[in-house]
Amino acid sequence: MSVILQTRGLSRSFSGLPAVHEVDFDLPQHEIRALIGPNGAGKTTFVSMLIGRLPPSSGSITFEGRDVTALPAPKRVGLGMAYTFQITSVFGKLTCHENVALAAMRRLGGDAKAVEAEVREALTRVGLADRAADVAGDLSYGHQRLLEIAMGLAQRPRLLILDEPTQGLAESEIADFKALIRALKAETTILLIEHNMSVVMELADRVTVLNFGEVLAEGTPQGIHASRAVQAAYLGTGTEEA
Amino acid sequence: MTARYYWGLHLGLIALLFAGHFVLPAYQHGNVARIMVLAVYAMGYNIAFGYTGLLSLGHAMFFGAGMYGMGLLSYHFDAGALPAMAAGIVAGVVLSLVVGLLALRTAGVSFMIVTLMFSQALAMTLVYFRDITRGDEGFVIPSATRRLWGMDLSDEAHRYLIAWALFSVVLIFTLWLVRHRWGRVFVALRENEERASLLGYDAFRTKLGALVISGTISALSGAAYALLFGYAGATFAGVQYSIFPLLWVLLGGAGTVLGPFVGALFMFYLIDLSSGVTDAYMLIAGVALVLLTLFLPHGLVGEVKRRLWRDLP
Repeated sequence: MSVILQTRGLSRSFSGLPAVHEVDFDLPQHEIRALIGPNGAGKTTFVSMLIGRLPPSSGSITFEGRDVTALPAPKRVGLGMAYTFQITSVFGKLTCHENVALAAMRRLGGDAKAVEAEVREALTRVGLADRAADVAGDLSYGHQRLLEIAMGLAQRPRLLILDEPTQGLAESEIADFKALIRALKAETTILLIEHNMSVVMELADRVTVLNFGEVLAEGTPQGIHASRAVQAAYLGTGTEEA
Repeated sequence: MTARYYWGLHLGLIALLFAGHFVLPAYQHGNVARIMVLAVYAMGYNIAFGYTGLLSLGHAMFFGAGMYGMGLLSYHFDAGALPAMAAGIVAGVVLSLVVGLLALRTAGVSFMIVTLMFSQALAMTLVYFRDITRGDEGFVIPSATRRLWGMDLSDEAHRYLIAWALFSVVLIFTLWLVRHRWGRVFVALRENEERASLLGYDAFRTKLGALVISGTISALSGAAYALLFGYAGATFAGVQYSIFPLLWVLLGGAGTVLGPFVGALFMFYLIDLSSGVTDAYMLIAGVALVLLTLFLPHGLVGEVKRRLWRDLP
C-alpha cells in the first residue's frame, strides 16, 4: 500500500521547549491510524502542523508524494486533507445545513443540487439529518462534535484528521461513531487522536504513541496495549525498563 | 419556497419606491431620491461590515474616490456622464484594491485604525491639492456632464428615476451576492475565520474580494451623488461620511439586504423631523439612537430577522 502522508524530522518548539521532536511518521493509504499519548505529548501540535495551522520549526511533510511543508492550510485542504477540531469550532450562528454546505461548497462549487445531496448524506451519516434546520450553536456539545465530523465528511477528503472526535459523546453515539469510521475505511485514510481506549482498540489498524513530543512506540493495538513502555508513559511510574 | 417570499419582499420595495415617484410630494420626492443614493453607499458598506465582518472606519475614501474620480474628469475635461461615472467606478476599484492589499494584513481594531488613517490621508490630499480639487470649497459639476441620453440630470424627475434604477440594481445584486456561495463564504469568515480557512477557503483573497466589491459600490454611490446633486466637496471624504454608513447599517440591521436602506431612511427622517421641532435636534436624534441600541441591538430589519424570519437574507 502506498504511503499517503509522510513526515521526516518534523519538529516544533515553543520558546525553546520542544513540543514535537524529530518525528518520522508514515501513514499508508486506507489505514485507520490512532495517535495516542498522555496529555501534553504533542498530539495536537503534531496534527496542527500536518494540516498547516502551525508552521514546523524544522522537518518536512509530504502528502501524496508532494512536499506540502510550505503550503498554507487552505491549499492543503484543497489537495484533499481535512481536519476536525478538538474544541468544537462550528459556525455557531448558522444552521447545521449551512455549516455542512460550506464544507461541501468548496469542492462542488456552484452546483446547488450536488451540494444539497452531499449535505443530506453527510448529516444522515452522523445521525443529524433531522437537525438540519437547527442553529448549530443551539445543539448539545455531543451533537456539535457530530456536526464537526459531518463537515469533515462533506469535504470527501483523502485524509481525514479527527482530533478527539468522541470527546463528549454519549455511549450510544460512540457506538454509532465506530460504525461510521469503519464504513469510511474504504473511501479514505483516517488519522485519529483519541483518548477513549475502546475506540482505539476497536477501530485502529495501527497505533502511534507520542510521549514528550517523540514517537515512543508504533504497532498494532494489541501490541501497544501490552507494551510496558506505553504503560509506563501513561501511568508515569518508573522508567521504561520498569 | 422561502426564496419566493424574500424575492417578493425586495422586489416589492423596489416597486413601492417606483410608485413613490408618482405620488410623493415634491419635498419628500427629493428626500427619497437622496436617501436611495445614500442607501447604495450603505449597501456597499454592509457587504464589508455586515456580511464579512470587516469593520472599516474609512469608507468615505471610497465614496470620495467615486465622487472625485467622476467629478474631476467632468470638471477638467468636460467628460460626458457615462465616461465620468466610469472614472469614478475605476477610482473605487483601484483604491479599494490597493487599500485592501495593505489594510487586510491587519484585523479587528488595527483594521479600523488603518482604514481610518488611509481615509484621512485621502481627505487631506483632496484639500491639499486645491489647484486641482478646489480644496474645501469643492466644485459644482458642470452641466455638460449632467446630461444622459438627452435627459437633464438636474431635473427632479430624472434624478429620482436614475437614483431608483441605481438603487434597484445594487439591491438585487446584493441579494444575489449574499445567496451566492461567495456571500456565504463572506459570512463564514465573519463567523469563524479559522474554521473557514480549514474548510479550504483563502481568507485573505476572499476578504479582499469583499472589500473591493464594497468599495466599488461605495464609489458608485459617491459618483452618482455628485452627478445627480451637482456638487463634489472634500467633506464627503471626511470622517463623518465614514461614520454615517456604519450608523445606517447598525440601525437598519447589519448583514441584512434591506437594513442599509431602512437605516438610512430612518436616520434621515429622524434628523429631518426633529429639526422641525427644535434647534436641539441632535439631542432628540441622539436619544432615539441610544434607545434603539438598547432595545433593538440588531437593528430594525435585524430584529425582524432574529425574531420572525431567520433565513431572511
